[in-house]
Amino acid sequence: MNRINQKLQEDKKLLSIYFTAGYPNVDDTATIIQNLETSGVDMIEIGLPFSDPLADGPTIQASSTAALKNGMTSELLFEQLKDIRQSVSIPLIIMGYFNPMLQYGIEAFCEKCQAIGIDGLIIPDLPVDVYHSEYKATFEKYGLINVFLITPQTSDKRIHFIDSVSDGFIYMVSSASTTGAKVGFGNTQTEYFERIADMNLKNPQIVGFGISNNETFTQATTYAKGAIIGSAFIKHLTKNGVNATDEFINTIL
Amino acid sequence: MSYNINNKGYYGAFGGAFIPEMLYPNVEELRQNYLKIMAEPSFQEEFHQLLKDYVGRPSPLYFAKRLSEKYNTKVYLKREDLNHTGAHKVNNTIGQILMAKRLGKNRIIAETGAGQHGVATATVCALMGIECIVYMGEIDIARQAPNVARMKMLGAKVIPALSGSRTLKDATNEAIRDWINNPVDTHYIIGSAIGPHPYPDMVTKFQSVISEEIKWQLKEKEGKEDPDYVVACIGGGSNAAGTYYHFLDKEHVGIIAVEAAGKGIHSGESAATSALGKEGIIHGCKTLLMQTPDGQITEPYSISAGLDYPGVGPLHSHLYKSGRGEFYSATDDEAMTAGLELAQLEGIIPAIETSHALAIFEHKTFHPDDIVVISLSGRGDKDLQNYIDYFKL
Repeated sequence: MNRINQKLQEDKKLLSIYFTAGYPNVDDTATIIQNLETSGVDMIEIGLPFSDPLADGPTIQASSTAALKNGMTSELLFEQLKDIRQSVSIPLIIMGYFNPMLQYGIEAFCEKCQAIGIDGLIIPDLPVDVYHSEYKATFEKYGLINVFLITPQTSDKRIHFIDSVSDGFIYMVSSASTTGAKVGFGNTQTEYFERIADMNLKNPQIVGFGISNNETFTQATTYAKGAIIGSAFIKHLTKNGVNATDEFINTIL
Repeated sequence: MSYNINNKGYYGAFGGAFIPEMLYPNVEELRQNYLKIMAEPSFQEEFHQLLKDYVGRPSPLYFAKRLSEKYNTKVYLKREDLNHTGAHKVNNTIGQILMAKRLGKNRIIAETGAGQHGVATATVCALMGIECIVYMGEIDIARQAPNVARMKMLGAKVIPALSGSRTLKDATNEAIRDWINNPVDTHYIIGSAIGPHPYPDMVTKFQSVISEEIKWQLKEKEGKEDPDYVVACIGGGSNAAGTYYHFLDKEHVGIIAVEAAGKGIHSGESAATSALGKEGIIHGCKTLLMQTPDGQITEPYSISAGLDYPGVGPLHSHLYKSGRGEFYSATDDEAMTAGLELAQLEGIIPAIETSHALAIFEHKTFHPDDIVVISLSGRGDKDLQNYIDYFKL
């Protein structure tokens, strides 16, 4: 069974952490992954940096620009990760935009992910419709789970379609925003969390965008299976370096 | 072969809507409604009334006698430079502001490179009394100061794009991010024939008034609707799309595109997308774009801010790949020289973007009987400082 599905079966709320590969330093990738696992994180999203990250706010944009300047590429990321399964068993997801994957070759990209032990992908600008008709078979051939986003504006009909195409979890964007834009949740979010919880979807939901501390983590996981933190962790990395992961995770859990 | 968009939003292999889920409801709302709204008699009436009384259409189709003599062919100029606000851009913003109103939107965002689309958007927002926010690269703000002032005077808020190369590509990113953050009340007026479906088709249809007029104007002057060639400059490609539209399926009409070669196609400072680009995804559509082997979008260069874009509209990628269009590129120097020549032969100072189309005569020799229609997409007032610096005027 895929490590993501195994993890989702555990009777606990999950904490997933996003970081940008190649940031702060180009060779930090494996160290950050190992430190996050040791700190008790449940899942990791490895950000493949892109020059034009449309869905991201200033923090992740800046880390992506820095990572690219550091020389990060798809090929280099795969090279850095080739032995990662010798040291960690945590579910690993690559999150990136579609164009770099398209240029690498979708089949070659998926094949490489499987060889390394990557469990899934999140590709914000690959719409579910295109995935469903053109790429699903390839992803499945290499045992990769593709994760889709939903937002407060996504219709019930489309959520049901996304649920039917998904085979892991649904990435629930907490509010209409780019990453790192808003902090904290209000009534609108609570209503949205409740609405989705009441839909009884077959895939569990993990909430992302706007989570930065214990309070927001707790609010999000009251209704959902877990939560994802990105921008807040990148800020912590920028300030405290790669070896202070515990310090950050302890403020969340 | 058809050169029009298919029902899935593709021109051949190019187009589609590669957008984050956050944008889906807005883009889908537009996709489901744009053709229906455009077909409404009340929409058509209002659109054409404004084009006539406010923009000043039809724009003249002018026989350029001295230019024709010099290049020994028959050259007509489609005078989009005489439109209100000084370029073809306003054809599209008039259409989209009427669309936005019918969709119930009360806030408009736009991106701009040279500032022409920003001014055209600020203008129609003032006309309709709707809030307007324009994203513009920090570098473009510096090199197009008069247009920034015009937008402000028209009541628009100009927000500098500070990321990446701080030009058109980054202004577009920022506008898309704004739309993600404001998904309900906002309409994004994209200024070129780019972006996720249905934008390329919608923009092309609003700009198609250019070729619609060319047909009847040429009939009056030459006794036939179809020229031998239509020529336009291409950045994202909206004036070109409008100039070609009614001739796309008429194979006897040659379609000519002129891109910006910057300091030379292989100089590393160029915006000649068809020559340097590879198929990929930019700003929500699959098209040709300039990128690294790793799929990172690269920074283009052109002396013309309006052509300084690393992609090209999906229609144009299809015209290039299918061989329907002849693609050329003009360097900064060729364009500037062609701009000066038009000023001195015909008394018309063109925008530097447009000067690239006029540089076609450096690259192609036409037959004396050929009728060549060039889209004179914009006037050069905004570029005076560039001309002054270049020619030491």
